[in-house]
Amino acid sequence: MAADSPALAPVRWLRRNAVVLAGLAALLYLLLPNVVVMLFSFNKPAGRFNYEWRTFSTDAWTDPCGVADMCGSLALSLQVALLATLFATAFGTLAAFALARYRFSGKGTGNALIFLPMAMPEVVMGASLGTLFLNTRVDFGFVTILIAHIMFCLSFVVVAVKARVMSMDPRLEEAARDLYAGPLQTFLRVTLPLAAPGIAAGAMLSFALSFDDFIITQFNAGPSTVTFPMFVWGAAQRGVPVQVNVIGTAMFLIAVAIVLGGQVTANRRRSDR
Amino acid sequence: MTAPTVPASAGAAPPTDRPSPETGSSGDGPKTGPRRSLTPYWLLLPAGLWLAVFFVSPFFYQASTSVQSGSLEEGFRVTWDFSNYSDALATYGEHFLRSFLYASFATLLCLLIGYPLAYMIAFRAGRWRGLLLVMVIAPFFTSFLIRTLAWKTILSDGGPVVGVLESVHILDVTSLLGLTGDDRLLATPLAVVCGLTYNFLPFMILPLYSSLERIDLSLHEAARDLYAKPATVFRKVTFPLSLPGVVAGTLLTFIPASGDYINAQLLGSPNTQMVGNAIQKQFLNVLDYPAAAAMSFILMAIILIVVTIYMRRAGTEELV
Repeated sequence: MAADSPALAPVRWLRRNAVVLAGLAALLYLLLPNVVVMLFSFNKPAGRFNYEWRTFSTDAWTDPCGVADMCGSLALSLQVALLATLFATAFGTLAAFALARYRFSGKGTGNALIFLPMAMPEVVMGASLGTLFLNTRVDFGFVTILIAHIMFCLSFVVVAVKARVMSMDPRLEEAARDLYAGPLQTFLRVTLPLAAPGIAAGAMLSFALSFDDFIITQFNAGPSTVTFPMFVWGAAQRGVPVQVNVIGTAMFLIAVAIVLGGQVTANRRRSDR
Repeated sequence: MTAPTVPASAGAAPPTDRPSPETGSSGDGPKTGPRRSLTPYWLLLPAGLWLAVFFVSPFFYQASTSVQSGSLEEGFRVTWDFSNYSDALATYGEHFLRSFLYASFATLLCLLIGYPLAYMIAFRAGRWRGLLLVMVIAPFFTSFLIRTLAWKTILSDGGPVVGVLESVHILDVTSLLGLTGDDRLLATPLAVVCGLTYNFLPFMILPLYSSLERIDLSLHEAARDLYAKPATVFRKVTFPLSLPGVVAGTLLTFIPASGDYINAQLLGSPNTQMVGNAIQKQFLNVLDYPAAAAMSFILMAIILIVVTIYMRRAGTEELV
């Protein structure tokens, strides 16, 4: 039969693996900019912009804070992200329990209120919140940024925690109560540990979203508080220092190490069982 | 996770065993306290209040601002002047058009590029699945502004991408279509769409993956046993079952893409500006808050209409 002829073997192989090849190409498209960022952190550009390759240099790595104001903006971003994560995770977890565990009138409204911020473009949210602060004469600054970040992180925490709580086996809590655990004890020793992966996922997502947010922040920051993304935005107009790439690369490597480390320990725990 | 099996109601227990007051509900917890408990309201209070004050109430302020007139020096006053809306559409009509055009193209490209990757991770990755998922979200670990700037290097005029596309005359084709011009990629609509596609691709891949991953593989086997060709299996089984992911992914891509102004600013030119650029300029540079408010309202309205129609369409298709 013709289909078995060896001449067609490569064609058949291609057909069978077309999906894999297309998938790998998509992955390349996704990761290419990260490779470029990493590569250009070792560049020594001619002018103020770090867009063209000149010569290899480790200058930026040995002096990461050598650019005025950059590390200050980085510290501000970390501060905002930590606080926003703290508040959003606390409020969001409570709301997730209400929406996953109880039936009450107004639940539909509650779900819609949580869902809507995720279905709204950032420009719209940023501009309208900014309008609120303008109209109520609140000074733009650290506090307004923090308020905005808690606002848009909340929904993501609720979604992450709710999914986890919904999938939890209620019989485990029933068992705890049957064994004479009080409500508080049941919550602290059974419910909370079971929900922890969802809460952790929500917190990590908030941190990443808050740390990287630019659009909503730009509308609610005012002139004197500059977060790291705002610094990069300004730099894109004035000239991008190589140190920006160093920070980008370092963040990337740290996050990948954390995620891979977590996966390895999870795998090991699974195989121990 | 293998939870220790609870032998309690195994087999023998009839369904009426539990005197549950709430029947047929999903997700009701073990709490059988007072029926009209205030607990859920207390739990919802902090988040609900926060969103009511800082997400819902701003829209009322914005609505009132959008019908104000005046200037920054004299102050703005509500005059029920709807000319802000007509002015916005007259001045920035093209920006609106470009926003939805670019966002639609980017969403389509995301689907075309993202689907094979999601499919591969769900069905063909084997033990590499976890690692591949990490690689999909890994780009997020570098600030997206920095990554968008990296596209400036990749697409730069003398760069390898332009060189290759030029030598196979693809740039001639795209410039005929009005997507590029002057043998460059930067500062063209194509670059903006490419940036948008890149930025929102993971938002397409993750929902696609999660709906593909849930598909029961025995359905594939059944289709093959009934002599369906691979293409038919995909068309009749896999793709229809992945529709929830397609709907979620396209929405998660289209909505943020239509409001984006970063790609248009960094990769585009004054001729590729989107409505986000216009809102940002009016709000932060010109300080014409009524104009910015009107535009942001129009954008929101259009998105809500598009999304509602789309969800309705997708919902009925799913039933068929």
